[in-house]
Amino acid sequence: MQNATNRTIPSAQAGNETKAKRAAVHTRHKGKEETILDHLGSYEVIVIGAGHAGIEAACAAAKLGAKTALFTMSLDGVGNLPCNPSIGGTAKGHLVREIDALGGVMGIAADATFLQSRMLNLGKGPAVHSLRVQTDRRKYRAYMKNLLEKTENLELKQAQIVAVELDQDRRVCGVRTHLGAFYGAKAVVIATGTHLGGRIFVGEASFESGPDGEHAACALSQNLKSIGVPLRRFKTGTPARVHRRSIDFSVLTRQSGDESIQPFSFMTKCEMKNRVDCFIAYTNEETHRVIRENLHRSPLYGGMIEGVGPRYCPSIEDKVVRFADKPRHQIFVEPCGEDTEEMYLQGMSSSLPEAVQNEMYRTIHGLEHVEIMRPAYAIEYDCVDPTVLLPTLEFKQIGGLFGAGQFNGSSGYEEAAAQGLLAGINAARCVQHKEGVILHRQESYIGTLVDDLVTKGVMDPYRMMTSRSEYRLYLRQDNADERLTPLGREIGLVDDARWAEFNHRRTVRTAEIERLNTTVIRPCDANPILEEKQEPSLTSGATAAELLRRPALKYKDVARMLPSNEEVTPFIAYCIETEIKYEGYIRRQRSQIGAVKRQEDAVIPDDFDYAPLTGLRLEAREKLAQIRPRSVGQAARIPGVGPADIACLTIELMKQRKTKTAERKQHD
Amino acid sequence: MAQEKTIAAIATPPGTGGIAVIRISGDEAYAVASRVFEPANPKKKLADAKGYTALFGHFTENGVHCDEVVALCFRAPHSYTGEDVVELSCHGGSAVSQRLLRACFAAGAQPAGAGEFTKRAFLSGRISLTQAEAVMDMINASSQQGAQAAAAAMEGALYGKIKAVQDTLITLAGHIAAYTDYPEEDVPELSMQALTESLGQAKNVIDRLIEGYDTGAVLRRGVDTAIIGSPNVGKSTLLNLLSGFERAIVTPIAGTTRDVVEQEIQLAGIRLLLADTAGIRDTQDVVEAEGIRRSYTHLERAGLIFAVFDGSCPLQPSDLALAQKCAGRPAIAILNKTDLPQQADAESLRRCFQTVIHISAKDPSFLPRVEQAVASVLHLTGLDPDACLLANERQLHAARDAQQALDDALNAAQTGMTLDAVGVCMDDALYALYSLTGENVREDVVEEVFSKFCVGK
Repeated sequence: MQNATNRTIPSAQAGNETKAKRAAVHTRHKGKEETILDHLGSYEVIVIGAGHAGIEAACAAAKLGAKTALFTMSLDGVGNLPCNPSIGGTAKGHLVREIDALGGVMGIAADATFLQSRMLNLGKGPAVHSLRVQTDRRKYRAYMKNLLEKTENLELKQAQIVAVELDQDRRVCGVRTHLGAFYGAKAVVIATGTHLGGRIFVGEASFESGPDGEHAACALSQNLKSIGVPLRRFKTGTPARVHRRSIDFSVLTRQSGDESIQPFSFMTKCEMKNRVDCFIAYTNEETHRVIRENLHRSPLYGGMIEGVGPRYCPSIEDKVVRFADKPRHQIFVEPCGEDTEEMYLQGMSSSLPEAVQNEMYRTIHGLEHVEIMRPAYAIEYDCVDPTVLLPTLEFKQIGGLFGAGQFNGSSGYEEAAAQGLLAGINAARCVQHKEGVILHRQESYIGTLVDDLVTKGVMDPYRMMTSRSEYRLYLRQDNADERLTPLGREIGLVDDARWAEFNHRRTVRTAEIERLNTTVIRPCDANPILEEKQEPSLTSGATAAELLRRPALKYKDVARMLPSNEEVTPFIAYCIETEIKYEGYIRRQRSQIGAVKRQEDAVIPDDFDYAPLTGLRLEAREKLAQIRPRSVGQAARIPGVGPADIACLTIELMKQRKTKTAERKQHD
Repeated sequence: MAQEKTIAAIATPPGTGGIAVIRISGDEAYAVASRVFEPANPKKKLADAKGYTALFGHFTENGVHCDEVVALCFRAPHSYTGEDVVELSCHGGSAVSQRLLRACFAAGAQPAGAGEFTKRAFLSGRISLTQAEAVMDMINASSQQGAQAAAAAMEGALYGKIKAVQDTLITLAGHIAAYTDYPEEDVPELSMQALTESLGQAKNVIDRLIEGYDTGAVLRRGVDTAIIGSPNVGKSTLLNLLSGFERAIVTPIAGTTRDVVEQEIQLAGIRLLLADTAGIRDTQDVVEAEGIRRSYTHLERAGLIFAVFDGSCPLQPSDLALAQKCAGRPAIAILNKTDLPQQADAESLRRCFQTVIHISAKDPSFLPRVEQAVASVLHLTGLDPDACLLANERQLHAARDAQQALDDALNAAQTGMTLDAVGVCMDDALYALYSLTGENVREDVVEEVFSKFCVGK
């Protein structure tokens, strides 16, 4: 790794005696194999769940050479989009680009199956430009299933996993299915989404279920609790799907895709065309009246749901109650695919009874005769307190067990995929006896996501937002490759084609930035174009970069004053423009990154004992002992740990280091 | 945390007082105190005393009772430092308390470094960073206004002021975050005008805090003040007037003050560190010449200059040369000897001095006139006590970071940069302010988004 001391950490419970211990485990494991009934085979990595987290985890592990099995309760449910038929969005689009830059699969699949693409936030600055596409759900599922089927080292299997088995050292040794079969494994990734202990609520009705009519995985919940995994209940919800023919589109606002489309994947080269439009509708006072009059029938307000719902994904009931003064709420009507008439009503998730839903939706202008195909529902599920995880997403207390996605307390397809990728990489590295990889919050949104989860924990399902990253002018979606592809190459997920493509792009971009910085443009070459743009003209020469820094000028304007450079694609031009226009701000962020690195580099030993540090406030001591941060930087981000505690911790670390140095000197 | 040593120091201010307190803090505090303190009741043992109790007894050295002492007992973590603490109150006066302190050192305690009790209190989480810094300044501030400013910081005047700026920034940042993270929701667009107005107001507060820092420092540390002038114009008489007693030898013989005489006084509510200097003239006397050289050094270093002239004679070329040296400096021209007929040309001095006063240094009724002049030259009149809340270099540094970041944010907004550039600068300002108040960076902006805006699918 580039930065071996900082980026990597050993697998959980692997001390100095790791190798000896692992060998012993292996023998015991073998011993166990002989006595286990229905032993159907052994894998290095087993992934439970084939949603967005599971897919990335399994693909990454298999590509890194681990013999991998991916278990799903239904092969028809692989890569399902159980909520909105779209991928990306603010900050989520950044995650997809980062997944792609590291060699993951979500971006390629989204590009291959998109229906409409939009770059959001144009005009608000490059840090928050975010790509979002409407996706054909059925095509996406088919694409993903086939991609998994064709991946070497990977077996895709339909079975419900009911137990994760541990050996005497509390390391993972395999999984058991509901049919009684046992599969051996050295590492297991749990990516169960909303299936784990899933329970659906619609008004007074409630029943065990996964999303979209799939099974719930309840036996596994019991098993995880029995092996000491701390589970909690979270809740989320989805709106109704309605029939296209029952909507009066003539009264809705049309929303079309971008004319020029940027793909998610740095590898997508084919031409992309929008195929559908979306529409905007609004709730009104009548809608709100129906909701208010029926609130007592909502399981959330009636107290039937104990799970915590996401703040950023409120049900329409929540919106009406919490923002009572808003006269209307926006709804997006989105197609679910090209070969289906189902339409998704974004913004109208609800757990009101079906009859109330009918009444509520029909108050909306344009939806007066709406025909519900799948009613809206709330779903409650089990997930883990992510502070029991290392930044590699391995459990601190159970060697070889990893968590990813909604199971870790996040929300969203993209957040899930990002964690799946990291968990898959580290599961493979764990069985290959390599140190785990950590992504830092200073270098990626994935790192920010994981750091927030394992350091701060979550009170409600975690959604990525650009405002969560203090480095967002540096962590842009356009430079995800620069930030992460070299790391992906080191890990082994970036193939030769992607690597060559990346290097080419980097060379062209660097050379062009150099050219813009060093080429002086004469007034006679610049002024005609400046005049055209109604910009102040030049009296003496200026470098191309200086001109590009003017807010009104684009790369293409400045390029016209120079000999043409055919190698600069529109995408590279966009990157260059950002780098130059925002140079000062980006430099500032990079220097901040340098400054925090010192704290990140101050490593806290794995076996550090917080008990004797009586100077720590009680709350801080408990939090530090529970989270066991790996650096002073991470410790400082733990809620409840104050600067005084950090001062105390730092002094103790310095003292210990001095003592150790002194001892070593004495020893010598 | 386990401290490596037990420390002791006299916790009461130096000088004469009714009672002096020796504070002993650390794991060994009770062991140390037991060796120097003998309870009056032989059945009681200091080592067994519970926290928040007092024992009467004696400071005993070699079996001899030296003084009556009350021992106040505190048990970790319920003490000022968070450690075991014993406070021994003996009779005031430095001789007894110094002797008792030395006995504590002999019994195993180490001398406490400056502010070490407070440092331990901070490290043990007993007090916050701003509180700790305020206590440190309280210890250092020996003048009234300085103590008031330090007290204000401790009661949270600084915290309150910073918090108001933080709140403004969080509201703005929350709005920007909602607007950019939820582009398709009907979050109202933030007008650039409203944004720059709010940012400007926030920056004003920080600007004023920073501007007030030097004044604050003046209040806390005092001002080096040079009394300077030709021989025998009455510099030493002025010193004696200001200090209220005969500090310097006054004779009608020019050149009486050959070295610099120093005195600390209170004037206009602040501390002046007065230096009475040798009169400036051409001289063959080696000792006097050295004194004059030192006078000039003081003139250059001083934060306040009393340039004294004899009002009863015409101004000499050496007087005018001195006046030239005072131009642009915080200097007061004092035309002395109003009790005699006036011959000096005050107008020629006004070219170099903003403030020219006429006094008779022999007459104490002129003291308020000097006081007023000092307040005006040091810009203490109409001083807003809130403006000088920044107590130390660390706080000043953080405030400067915030100021710079707010400047950048305003600049970005005004030059037509996009909201993301404005936003990251605002983030930086927030981080700087959090570090100023010693708080952990929290999820305030994200909280703001969801509490104020109806966003989400």
